[in-house]
Formats: sequence, C-alpha cells, structure tokens
Amino acid sequence: MKLPQFDYARPDTLADAVALLAAHAGAAKPLAGGQSLVPLLAFRLAAPKLLVDLGRLPGLDRIDVGDGGVRLGAMVRWRAIEDDARLAGAHPLLAAAIAHVAHYPIRNRGTVGGSLAHADPAAEMPGIAVTCDATIGVVGAGGQRSIDAAAFFLGPLTTALAPDELIVEVGLPPWPRARRWAFEEFARRRGDFALAGVALYYDEDESRRACNAHIGVIGAGPAPRRIAAAEAELNGRKVDDKAIAAAAAAAQAAVDPADDLHASAAYRKALVATLIERALRRAAE
Amino acid sequence: MTTPTPTPTRFEVNGKPVEVEVEPRTTLADCLRHQLRLTGTHVGCEHGVCGACTVIVDGDAVRSCLMLAVQAEARRVLTVEGLSGDDALSPLQAAFRKHSALQCGFCTPGMLATAHALLSDEPDADADRIREVLSGNLCRCTGYIPIVEAVLEARTAYRSARKGEPR
Repeated sequence: MKLPQFDYARPDTLADAVALLAAHAGAAKPLAGGQSLVPLLAFRLAAPKLLVDLGRLPGLDRIDVGDGGVRLGAMVRWRAIEDDARLAGAHPLLAAAIAHVAHYPIRNRGTVGGSLAHADPAAEMPGIAVTCDATIGVVGAGGQRSIDAAAFFLGPLTTALAPDELIVEVGLPPWPRARRWAFEEFARRRGDFALAGVALYYDEDESRRACNAHIGVIGAGPAPRRIAAAEAELNGRKVDDKAIAAAAAAAQAAVDPADDLHASAAYRKALVATLIERALRRAAE
Repeated sequence: MTTPTPTPTRFEVNGKPVEVEVEPRTTLADCLRHQLRLTGTHVGCEHGVCGACTVIVDGDAVRSCLMLAVQAEARRVLTVEGLSGDDALSPLQAAFRKHSALQCGFCTPGMLATAHALLSDEPDADADRIREVLSGNLCRCTGYIPIVEAVLEARTAYRSARKGEPR
C-alpha cells in the first residue's frame, strides 16, 4: 500500500530532534534507516503525524572500539559493521550475528538504533544486546539515561523508550580474547527474519569448566531473552555432550513461543534446542 | 488535520540534477516513476521484500520503496536507465541477454541495479557471494541460475573498468 500522510522534518541537531518529538507528544516517530518503519507505514500499522528524520544528525554513525568495549552509534548501518575489520577481534559474536541481518540493499540503509527501537522479537541486534548485557544510551526532553538491554525490550515492537526519547548508542562490554562463543539461526531464506536464533558465550576457568555463561534466544517469544535455566546447566561444568544436551533441553522447556503462520510453537521449541546444541558444539571446538 | 505540503527536493538522477515537489509520504520509487517518468524501476511488493525497485544511491544498492523521496535530497541516484546509453547494452546487460537471465523482465531492473552495485564494489565476487547478495531479489521465471551465470561473466568488464580508474 501507499504510505499514510505525514509531515516530515530533518533536524540538524540532536536537541532539535528531541524537541520535535517532545512537542508532538507521541504523534511523532523518529526515522533512522527506514527499513522497518517504512514497511510498517506501508501496512498502515503505524500512522504518525510527523516523521523526524535522523539521517543528517552528526556523530551518530561512529563505531568505537576500546578498553571499555564496543560502542555503536545509533545510526551505524549494518554495512559499516560488516566492513569494520576491528570487530572480528573486538566482538566476534556481534560480527557473526550482524552477518545474518537482512539482505544486501537493506543492509546499506538499516541501522543499529532503528533495529533496537523497532524491537522485532526475531531481530539479531536486540538479541545481541540482551545476550551481552549491553546498555542502551538514550536522550530525551528530560536529559540522558542508560537502559540495560534486559529492561529495554518489553514485547513485540515495544520498548522502554518514552515517546520523546531517541537512542543515541549501544555499548557492549569488553570481550575477552579467550571467550568461547557462537551464533546460530535458522531462516527459510538467508537474510529473512529467523524462525529462531541463538547467541551464546561462556568463559572458562583454569580447569576448563564453563563460567559466566550467557545464552540468548531470539524469535521464540515476545522479546529476546536470556535463558537462565540453560546457563545454569553450563556454569561450573565442562561443556561436553552431557552438558550440551542438558542446556538444550532446559532451553526447550523454558521458551514459550506462539504458533504463527511460519511455524508452530512445538517446532520453534525444538528448533531452539537444536540451535543451542549446534552453537555449543561450535563454541566448544 | 493539515495536509502535508509538497516539499521541494533536489537530487541527481543518472548524472542530471532534478528538482521535484513531493509529499513527504512519496517513496523514491514512486517519485522516480510518476514524477520523473523513469518507469524502468519496477515496484513489486512495496515493503522491501521483492527487490524489484532496487536503485543505487551514492553508490549503494537500496530499496527505493523503503526510502522517501525527501530523503534523497542532495544524493546521487542511479536507476536502470542510467546503466547504459541508448545505443548499446552495458556489459552486465549484454551478459543477461546472452545467458537468458530474464523472462518476463519484471525483476530485471532490480537485479541489474543490485549486481551493478555489487560488481562495482567487489569485481571478484564469487558465485556464493553473488547468490547471497541476489537472495534479496525475487525472480519467479528464471530459477536464478542464468542470472548468477550472467553476473559471473560480467565480472571481467568490472575488473578492467576498475584498473582504469584511480581509487
């Protein structure tokens, strides 16, 4: 369908963008890359009075890699993550997950902040943010704040952002070189939204037992989430066949996906177990 | 409710400056087709799935149905009409013809735009990379194999073009 009518503004500063959002009290929507919002408009699932285009705001497209971890500006595009050679070492899980995001032309426009704000339950970036204990930096009429990713995603297309708030950046904690990790997802066509996906990592103590296990699941519930019951099956143990099977079974029991036209709930639960098993085998190699 | 006012927007299409007045809700695809009469860019699904409307903006392949015309302000847009002159096919188009990489032709402008952007950046792309990149463009006639063969063959022309220009 053609898009509904709206007004359009292209502010030059973050302060102006926030002021526009605040002045329209929930009737304005920020426009980043448009790769999620424009389809929503085309389906008439969103009908904002005003779009505030963030495309010309300065400084939001930086990727910083340092001792404090990786910081991605909200307007960083998937293509920029793909092309940044530092990330394969600085955050290999991020780089691997982002390789699955959408198709080539969409990757040239879609942004980190747009994906976080859109909060599709199967999207990779929200899944990485939750799995990796990221903090999401936002700015609104009342000033700046940081939101833990675990408290950010409230449900399908629903976040903790206030109507006058914009995402500025997401910060991922430092990544130890020896960390074990893997990303697995299954989509009917590469680049499409996954039926389910798994991002996980763990560290190892001196006796090569797993610690600090983080297992995140996308596409199998209303929002990305970590599966504590599966993590508990790894912490303090060697990641062998038995531990892998136990973690997969715990995750299968813990996720609560809905039936939809792409897959049944039972299929998605089984898929989560399979993906966790594959991912843990890869991580343990 | 106020009626959104047409917004003057200036950008470049196929090397020529254009100025249009568009409602903010007008997509770049509709602006190209309806206002600039460049109907080579096709519109299929209108929500970013089929790839028929792919054009090149500042060197990058993008979905013109997912970009507003007002967002094209000051950008350089290349459409299928700009890939070759009136007299001769580009090497990529000639390869499509040679390999019968089209049948009904609806997806072809998007395929050509996507492949042109890819080979301009990555003239050595292998078959796997070409398949991955073209996976965002749906074709219901060819079965894709001749399209991949055509793009593979066209690489030679992009490699030699690249040697000629400083980067």
